[in-house]
Amino acid sequence: MVQLSIMALFVAVSQATWKRTKLGLLRNTVLYPALGFLGILLLWYGIASLRHELMPYPHEAIANNLDFIMHPFYQRGAGDLGIGWLLLASLRRVLLGFLLGAVVAIPLGFLIGMYRPALLALNPIIQILKPVSPLAWLPIALAIFNLAEPSAIFVIFITSLWSTIINTALGVSSVSKDYLDIARVLEMPPWRRVYKIILPASLPYIFTGLRISLGIAWLVIVAVEMLTGGVGIGFFVWDEWSRLNLSSVFLSVFVIGVTGLLLDVAISRLEALITHRRTPKEG
Amino acid sequence: MTKSSLQTADTNDRQPETAGFLTIENVTKAYPTGNGGEFVVLDNINLTVEANQFVSLIGHSGCGKSTLLKIVAGLERSTSGLVTLEGREIRKPGSDRMMVFQNYSLLPWLTVRENVRLAVDEVLKDASRAEKASLVNEHLAMVKLMPAANKYPDEISGGMKQRVGIARALAIRPKMLLMDEPFGALDALTRGKLQRQVLDIWEAHRQAVLMVTHDVDEALYMSDRIVMMTNGPAAQIGEILDVPFAHPRDRAALRENPHYYELRNHALNFLDQHFGADD
Repeated sequence: MVQLSIMALFVAVSQATWKRTKLGLLRNTVLYPALGFLGILLLWYGIASLRHELMPYPHEAIANNLDFIMHPFYQRGAGDLGIGWLLLASLRRVLLGFLLGAVVAIPLGFLIGMYRPALLALNPIIQILKPVSPLAWLPIALAIFNLAEPSAIFVIFITSLWSTIINTALGVSSVSKDYLDIARVLEMPPWRRVYKIILPASLPYIFTGLRISLGIAWLVIVAVEMLTGGVGIGFFVWDEWSRLNLSSVFLSVFVIGVTGLLLDVAISRLEALITHRRTPKEG
Repeated sequence: MTKSSLQTADTNDRQPETAGFLTIENVTKAYPTGNGGEFVVLDNINLTVEANQFVSLIGHSGCGKSTLLKIVAGLERSTSGLVTLEGREIRKPGSDRMMVFQNYSLLPWLTVRENVRLAVDEVLKDASRAEKASLVNEHLAMVKLMPAANKYPDEISGGMKQRVGIARALAIRPKMLLMDEPFGALDALTRGKLQRQVLDIWEAHRQAVLMVTHDVDEALYMSDRIVMMTNGPAAQIGEILDVPFAHPRDRAALRENPHYYELRNHALNFLDQHFGADD
């Protein structure tokens, strides 16, 4: 009897929670995020009403930016380009530097992870260089290349190295002994062992490293472009601030944020595609 | 082959060699300890396994039975002594002695079929694509895994995973099968079913098997000989029990055989005697 009523209770509760989770999903994915944005807008209105000579209201910002929003790819003479072009220019630098960094960092990570002397030789250097702000490399890059464009790419290249090296090395050195035993029993030659066992086993770590690297690279490019000038979303931010045009700065902040988010989504999609595995559910 | 070991008296007519198929002679395994001494795991082990024999290694946890299996696999080196397979010394791992691991050791980024295929690709390099594909299919069918062939290891149950491990091991046609507590991680029902399946396969394609287990009933049901080991450190072979029941075996019939209980009690008494030294 008691068992039965407990069962009934359990069923009722689980049904209720199911209904609640369906509603809860709507609440969690739509309502709360909307409230968050609303809060930010209210805060913005509040601050703008205090310092309106400097700061536009949100609706004014949209109105001021209407040209940028409606025509992201306009070309009106040298240097006067739509925000879409600026974004593409920045993305191009980031992706070039990031890819060069990955091409260097992944093999280095393998070397460090598989060969202890390499770890002992390179680890101190990595530990010292990793906490250095990538911007500190900009003067060095400018001295080497004497040009803004390759210097910016070089800084992104340096930025992309550390997390990828460290995570790759960690992944390679922590490949399960069981997998390596399989390789040994099957008498795999060393190169095939790397290619067939160690590489796929450490791919999740490698992608974690790449993801962190790309995230930092996107942070750094804005600052680099502020310093180097030229075509790019970072310089645009600085330029618009010099013209006291805060509306465009706000637009840029939003665009930079969304782009960073999309980059992150893109790399996790790429991971799922390459590893043929569903990404583990978060939360 | 001047040195003849313990069990060569009962010569096998299918077996031309005078020594056994697998011969373990005076094998000792010791690890150096921090204070300059050494910790002896296995002490002077002698054992032969014939070509079509199913041999179980049984003993308490930590008695070094898995270490002995790994030495035969070549995954560990013995400190002294000699292990030979068909007269050739075992120095390193090889696909002639394929292993079935307790924790399955499937590669999680490959599907069931790809896991088996990987082993076939590595070992049978001269086979054509069609031959390899049919070999993989044949062994997946043998362990009844065709419906799950395209699933990933984290999508199937423990029993299915171990069937993949067994299919992978058999597909490369090893001379000898090594199983390290293959059913240890499974629930009782799955274990019984899988024991039956493995025995079916073995009865159809007899070959040398060395299996580590801590389950007396499993050893009695499946093997021809049971090697009972004393407790570590410095474990030795305490006794070798011959299991005289003819294959194919039927578990229910076995349980009604009075001789079965004699052997079972004998084995359990042995294990009880060697229990409690340091646990």
